[in-house]
Amino acid sequence: MKYTTKNHFKMMIPARSQNEAFARSAVSAFAAQLDPTVEELGDIKAAVSEAVTNCIVHAYADNIGMIELVARILQDDSHDSAPTLYIRVKDKGCGIADIERAKTPLFTTCAEGERAGLGFAVMESFTDRLQVRSKAGAGTTVTMYKRLETRSE
Amino acid sequence: MVEIVNSGEQVTAGIVGDIDHHTASGIRTEIDAVLENTTPQLLILDFGGVKFMDSSGIGLILGRQRVLQSFGGRLFIKNATGHAEKIVKLAGLSGLMIGGGKG
Repeated sequence: MKYTTKNHFKMMIPARSQNEAFARSAVSAFAAQLDPTVEELGDIKAAVSEAVTNCIVHAYADNIGMIELVARILQDDSHDSAPTLYIRVKDKGCGIADIERAKTPLFTTCAEGERAGLGFAVMESFTDRLQVRSKAGAGTTVTMYKRLETRSE
Repeated sequence: MVEIVNSGEQVTAGIVGDIDHHTASGIRTEIDAVLENTTPQLLILDFGGVKFMDSSGIGLILGRQRVLQSFGGRLFIKNATGHAEKIVKLAGLSGLMIGGGKG
């Protein structure tokens, strides 16, 4: 499938927990131009919040590195269908040794912080596609695709 | 922010605002202070005032459950709607939800 990028933004934020709310609000405000439902916006905010929190809690556990957040509005060229919101959250932190294990619901490497181990489960169930690329010591890139059944147009 | 109603036997903690990794530790501290002082038989976590919740809310619920179990107390969830409800269900904690539907 071929996509055209209709609009996009990119921002860099330090891995401070105050920025969790900022990051999810930014993506939510960007997505608002597609006139999404309240439910879809909630899905997007929760998924972004999980991805950014992972960077803060895990990737940069011992330092405050930078998180790159990219969002794009993609339109499928082949036919006149609903647009897709593309979200990419990238860090240059410690990386994930075992991605499949990290994605297992309730698995967490962070017991003392009361983390539920549901971050990837939320991302996976609230978006249409989740892709995780990681290299130990180099960082992690999480990419999510969310189809929006817009009511406008 | 947490609005606490404490009758001794029962504590109701009404969480107001967002529950994420950033806010969870403050909410946790406020509730645990009451739990430790009162050791109630029952804690009701009221999500009616929650504007946003991610999986940090599940950590908060499970963590309080652990505190309560240490002195034989129990916990229930009230007024979880929208995404709070969706995430509670995803976590398999539907059994903790009580109360008259969406209210």
